[in-house]
Amino acid sequence: MPSNVLTVTSGKGGVGKTTTVANIAVALASEGKKVVCIDGDIGLRNLDVILGLENRIVYDIVDIVEGRCRTRQAMIRDKRFPELFLIPAAQTRDKNAVSPSDMIRLCEELKAEFDWIIIDSPAGIERGFKNSIAPSDIVIIVTNPEMSAVRDADRVVGLLEAEEKKPPYLIINRLKPELVKRGDMLSVADVYDLLHIEVIGIVPEDENTVIASNKGIPLAIEAKTKSGQAYRNIAKRLVGEQVPFMNLESGSLWNKLIHLGRGG
Amino acid sequence: MGLFSSFFGKKSASNAKERLKLVLIHDRVNMNNGTLELLKDEIIAVISKHLDIDPNMVKIDFETQGRSQKLVADIPFRSSPTKKNR
Repeated sequence: MPSNVLTVTSGKGGVGKTTTVANIAVALASEGKKVVCIDGDIGLRNLDVILGLENRIVYDIVDIVEGRCRTRQAMIRDKRFPELFLIPAAQTRDKNAVSPSDMIRLCEELKAEFDWIIIDSPAGIERGFKNSIAPSDIVIIVTNPEMSAVRDADRVVGLLEAEEKKPPYLIINRLKPELVKRGDMLSVADVYDLLHIEVIGIVPEDENTVIASNKGIPLAIEAKTKSGQAYRNIAKRLVGEQVPFMNLESGSLWNKLIHLGRGG
Repeated sequence: MGLFSSFFGKKSASNAKERLKLVLIHDRVNMNNGTLELLKDEIIAVISKHLDIDPNMVKIDFETQGRSQKLVADIPFRSSPTKKNR
C-alpha cells in the first residue's frame, strides 16, 4: 500500500486535534502500521506530552529542517509499539522556521519508510496550518458540535477547496448524547447538514481523555472506553474497512436501564 | 432570558443550527450579514428604473445546496391595474 500523509486540523483551538492525532496514531500502530506523527505546532508543542514522550526529546523538526541533525535522530520511538514515532515541534522557535516546501520534502523522505505520516496542525489558518496541509493526501477536520467550532471548520473546508485538496473528512468530537437528546446540542446530522463533508468519526465526550493525557497514555491503546473504541474505528475506516458507527444513544439508554434495575 | 427560552421556548440546538446556517452562507460568499439588505435596495432601484415592480414583494435570499450557495431573487411586478399611468 502506498503511504499516506494525513493532516488533522480544525481552525478553532481546543477541539481535540492533538488528542485525535495521538489516538489515531496509536490505533493505526496497533493495527501493525508503520506510523510517524509530526507535531506541526511550532512554539506550542503538545503532541509529545499527549503521547507521553516528552522526556526523550533531543532534536526537533526545526533541527531537521535546518540541518542540525538527521531526520532519524529527531524521531522518538514510542516504546509501546515497534513502529510508532514522533517528530516533535520546536518549542522556542517561531512558526516561520519551517516552510510548506520543507514539510513536503520531509514527508517525501518519510514516505519511503512509513505507511502513515500524521501531521498535527496548529489551530488557526496561518503559516502553521499552511505548513501542515502542504504535504497532505488526506485531511481530517476535527470539530465539536457547537457554534464556533462548526463555523471555523467550515472556513477550513473553504480554504482546502481553494487549495484544490481532496474533500476532507470530519470528526465530530466531544459529542454529548444526553444533550443532543434533550435538544440542546447539535446532532451529528445537524453538523453534517451544515458542513456537508463526510463524517469519518464520532467521538463522545469522555472524562477518561483527561486521565489519559495526565498519564500520557492515549485511550485508543485499549478498546475499553467508548472514545478509545471510536478512535480505533476511525483508524479502521482510514485503512478502508467498513465499520458501523457506534450507537451512542442506545448505549446511554442501556446504561439507564441497568441503573434502573439496580436502583429497584 | 437564555435560560428562560431553553426551558420554555425552542430547543437551543435548533437555534444554533438556524444561526449557523446564515453565518456559514455569509462566510462562504464573503459578505457581511447586513450587506444583503443594501444589495436588495440597490437591485430594486435598478430594476425599478425599467420595470414596474412591487418593492415590498421582492424577496432576495441565499439558497444552499450542499456546499454551494446561490442568490435567489423573486421580483413580482406590481399587480394593481390602476397604476398604469407613466
